[in-house]
Amino acid sequence: MELTREEENMLRGESGESLSTAYRILLAIGEATDAEKLVPVQWAHISGANYNTIGDSGMNFLEGFSKNAHVKIRTTVNPVGFDRNKLGNIPDSFISKQMDIMRSYEMLGAVPSFTCIPYEIFDIPNNGSPVSFGESSAAIFANSILGLFSNRESGLSSLASAITGKTPYSNLQIESFRHAKVAIKTDFDLTSELDYGLLGFFVGNSVEDNCVAFSEGKENISLVNAKALSAGMGTSGSCGMFTKVDGTQQEIISCGKEELLGIKEQLNTADAGDLIVLGSPQLGLNELKLFTKLIQGKKLKKRCIIFCARAIHDQAKQLGVTDQIERAGGEFMCDSCACLTPLITRADFDSVVTNSVKAAYYLNKSNKLGVSLKDLKNIVKEYAD
Amino acid sequence: MIAGTNCRKIVGGHATGAALITNERINFLSMINQENGIVEDNQHELFGSPVKNTVLIFPGSIGSSVGAYSIFSLKMNLCAPAAIICMGKADIVTASGCAISNIPLVDKLDNTSFIVIKPGMQVNVDADQSLVSIRSPTV
Repeated sequence: MELTREEENMLRGESGESLSTAYRILLAIGEATDAEKLVPVQWAHISGANYNTIGDSGMNFLEGFSKNAHVKIRTTVNPVGFDRNKLGNIPDSFISKQMDIMRSYEMLGAVPSFTCIPYEIFDIPNNGSPVSFGESSAAIFANSILGLFSNRESGLSSLASAITGKTPYSNLQIESFRHAKVAIKTDFDLTSELDYGLLGFFVGNSVEDNCVAFSEGKENISLVNAKALSAGMGTSGSCGMFTKVDGTQQEIISCGKEELLGIKEQLNTADAGDLIVLGSPQLGLNELKLFTKLIQGKKLKKRCIIFCARAIHDQAKQLGVTDQIERAGGEFMCDSCACLTPLITRADFDSVVTNSVKAAYYLNKSNKLGVSLKDLKNIVKEYAD
Repeated sequence: MIAGTNCRKIVGGHATGAALITNERINFLSMINQENGIVEDNQHELFGSPVKNTVLIFPGSIGSSVGAYSIFSLKMNLCAPAAIICMGKADIVTASGCAISNIPLVDKLDNTSFIVIKPGMQVNVDADQSLVSIRSPTV
């Protein structure tokens, strides 16, 4: 990859250590993806904010990194480990380390959004705008639904984009890479958001290309299902975009009902849950309204935690949506998400029930809980009356 | 040294370690214990293997974008691979994680070299010279 003279100077450290580190990261990913140059991006969305995921080493790295750097473009940040207003039983040491990470991002000048669904909160740049999204589900959603151009950036590469305003010109930043060679053929109707999540997980397992095609295009898929599909794909694989079948695909992979059942069996590690977990990705306004409709006049029989962006929560509150959910027994957790949350551990729960394939994967693999996977309609049917 | 092959440098440096080889991709956030470097996902073919001081030879990373920080954590906890070789092409998570961890990373080896390198062999990765070589022919 060719760097400009100015970029070379920054790589050598003439503008400080953080910019040098950022260019080292961009150079490595540029080489890996065969980029010829760096190009400007309009928005960085950074992953790597939850202390449970990046640990002491990540916290210390960010503390040093943020001392002599500042974001150059709009920069938003993924969820952290807890709700800033509901600290509950979280250990003091966790709180102080998490706060340290949050302070570092604020020092950098990032918007303390603590959300994995920035696309439901912030203005969306024009179709075709280059961005650098770290959160895997958000990168896939941005490419597939919003027409933004983002690679599946990492926590570190999205951070590098934030302070340089750049990303390598490679893969999904280039129009020609945004056409699928592989099509996924399903011979049954996908009936719930859970089916879309499972399909996403299947695709992540089986397609390593940048882009994959489905029979359903972005015009036909609902926001809720698109989020579930993006999160499933992000969890199991490296593919960064889905598009509609257009007859040019050279390879067709069939995904029958039994393939989805196989994945469900792999991820479904409990028959029932002590706790209902909703929100990975965090729920948006649409999903909250849908949930409200489903539980109208009912009471939840188990504790139910809803992970939600603070901005969405505040909007929903004004509309009376949060009141209705709380009356039914739901609890909101803002700023955080179901993945690697310190709020749901083996010490308090044996198993949980969720409609999110991504939550099911990480709650089992990382938090070691049993997970019962059900779609939202069935969760309400079984856990509310 | 009995066999060597060219490769592409992604992150510079050089290191030697025992080859740890898998054809399965890795989610660095969820599959490897960051405190001790042991693969703890019982569905992965490397289940139970430590990555510490090895030359990890694998197709690439999947899943969480935070995996780059997980590679850095392994390094800070002194249980990271000594070097990493990606079969095919290195990916963004692995490349960025190695870049800040100073773990030599190379990719694009000749296909035949994977027949030569067997698990446990001492492999030398010299990213700066774009060279991978086997130090000992036996395991």
